[in-house]
Amino acid sequence: MTKRLPNTRGYYGPFGGRFAPETLMAVLSQLEKQYAAIKKDKAFRKELEFYLKEYAGRPTRLYLAKGLSAHLKKLKVYLKREDLLHTGAHKINNTLGQILVARRMGKTRIIAETGAGQHGVATATCAALFGLKCVVYMGSEDVQRQSLNVLRMKLMGATVIPVESGSKTLKDAMNEAVRDWVTNVADTFYIIGSVAGFHPYPAMVRDFQSVIGREARRQFLALNKRLPDYLLACVGGGSNAMGLFHPFYADASVKMIGVEAAGHGVHTQQHAATLNLGTTGVLHGSKSKLLQNSDGQVQVAHSIAAGLDYPGVGPEHAYYQASGRAQYVTVTDVDAIEGLKLLSRLEGIIPAMETAHAIAYLPRLARRVKKTATVIVCLSGRGDKDMNQISQLI
Amino acid sequence: MNRIEQKFQELKQQKRKAFIAFITAGDPDLSSTGKLVRALEEAGVDIIELGVPFSDPLADGPIIQASYHRALNHGTTVKKILETVKRLRRTTSIPLALMSSYNPIFHFGEQKFIESCVEAGVDGLIVPDLPPEEAVKLRRLAREYDVATVFFVAPTSTDDRIKSNTMAANGFVYYVSLTGTTGVQKAVASAVIRHVRHIKRFTPKPVCVGFGISTPQQVRAIARAADGIIVGSAIVKTIEAHRGRRDLLPSVKRYVSSLVKALR
Repeated sequence: MTKRLPNTRGYYGPFGGRFAPETLMAVLSQLEKQYAAIKKDKAFRKELEFYLKEYAGRPTRLYLAKGLSAHLKKLKVYLKREDLLHTGAHKINNTLGQILVARRMGKTRIIAETGAGQHGVATATCAALFGLKCVVYMGSEDVQRQSLNVLRMKLMGATVIPVESGSKTLKDAMNEAVRDWVTNVADTFYIIGSVAGFHPYPAMVRDFQSVIGREARRQFLALNKRLPDYLLACVGGGSNAMGLFHPFYADASVKMIGVEAAGHGVHTQQHAATLNLGTTGVLHGSKSKLLQNSDGQVQVAHSIAAGLDYPGVGPEHAYYQASGRAQYVTVTDVDAIEGLKLLSRLEGIIPAMETAHAIAYLPRLARRVKKTATVIVCLSGRGDKDMNQISQLI
Repeated sequence: MNRIEQKFQELKQQKRKAFIAFITAGDPDLSSTGKLVRALEEAGVDIIELGVPFSDPLADGPIIQASYHRALNHGTTVKKILETVKRLRRTTSIPLALMSSYNPIFHFGEQKFIESCVEAGVDGLIVPDLPPEEAVKLRRLAREYDVATVFFVAPTSTDDRIKSNTMAANGFVYYVSLTGTTGVQKAVASAVIRHVRHIKRFTPKPVCVGFGISTPQQVRAIARAADGIIVGSAIVKTIEAHRGRRDLLPSVKRYVSSLVKALR
């Protein structure tokens, strides 16, 4: 068996922790204690399972992409179809889990940050489902490029607050959400959308997203009587990747590859390749890799995919990288568009711009393998939300 | 004993309360920061907090965020702030604390940062996103070099946390008078006084109150229980309103004097 991570202080090796203003410290340790009890509670697990199945549409299929596999020749590609979930992305696995925790803690107001809008939509959805007040913070630049998701959130009764500070993207939305929480901590639950933030969030989000990997592992074993050679997923904050990777952690033969956004290229200043080019730092409550300048100021990330446009990354990914358990590669904006076209044409599946980064790495992986290998790709979201943006690019 | 602890001892003997002023280093620029420190001293301020600007502060409201933004746009860095403090130390011995998010300190290197603080003449550190349990190394270094490490207590802090945070604090304990980020708000004095009295049951250390204080009335009311009053956003707002104008220093001095007088 592997060591249980994180440790009691929320650390994954040297990464993680709880770097929070004092106002939040008590509520974070309360959340840690209650979550530890809740996750062992059978009634809670049954309730979550019910909503994942009946409302969100789990289990999702593990689909052998024959056309894509034939095209790639040396890879047999299985797609974990998180795009088929209600709201169109994996984010709802986590928001359902957290909103049930929030209800058990007696909180009546939900806040969230969002980049691409998928987490915001998933949060607004669950808040509508359970009749809770919902406020979503979203960088004003993302409000522009993801206007359809803004509309969806509003239709479900959420208040979307455009954030004008800093780079006007995900990191600034998260700053504002934390500031809201500091102010309204008594009645408010903050649903963080990625495996980032103060302990226990990275572990809690990982646990809720691990349903992806648990299902995929079981499905792959049933189909092939063995484990896959590779796991592949895009990494912004890293929730879909961690959800897929974590249940395979102890399966040493299974290689894990996370794909970061290289934006205009890793040799430019416009990228979001935090694990590849960042250095250790503290942002949004945990110690991890971070894009920062020589004075410790956080740099603005860039990616065509709003959901990857984040200068930080979850601490457990930093640990996976440092320990060599997973490898992290990069894909540029231009290549990601090719990835989107490839899957659309060969499989009739239009992936989200974020997910397209993982797809775009497949041809490179195919060149790397010596003999035919199997790979599970987390198809984390569908591309409908990106059609406005794509129409201007293609 | 460093200048902050000395100051509180002095104030105690004189049966006075501390007035602590916060300004952002480098807002509007670092040479103004030097002049502002002297103006604040002339206005009767006892201790000065210099804010180290950070791109992504979590505990600061819009007024201080904007000041950080201005300071960073003017090329303010940790190194330049320390140089400014060093220059200031030739003419003033007012106790100075740096208030910084943790990342600029972590990135600078904790050991090097503390050494540079001592060399420049910084007396204390206030790191709002670094609770005592994450500050083990910084606290050890600070103790070694006699730099005060101020820690927070909030209205949401449990008694256990009040106990451990006040124990970890050096110089003074910073009581956040409202849940929320820094900013000019109407703090409810009676609840604050009750909380401060509660905290003082756990510690003999000075307890100072900040966040949301902007008027002489608030200063007077809260000083009934607290050992010191911290005013930040309201001063930064005054600086913002008068920056680039000749009346910057007199305006800040006039405003701060009116608050200091409420303490005497």
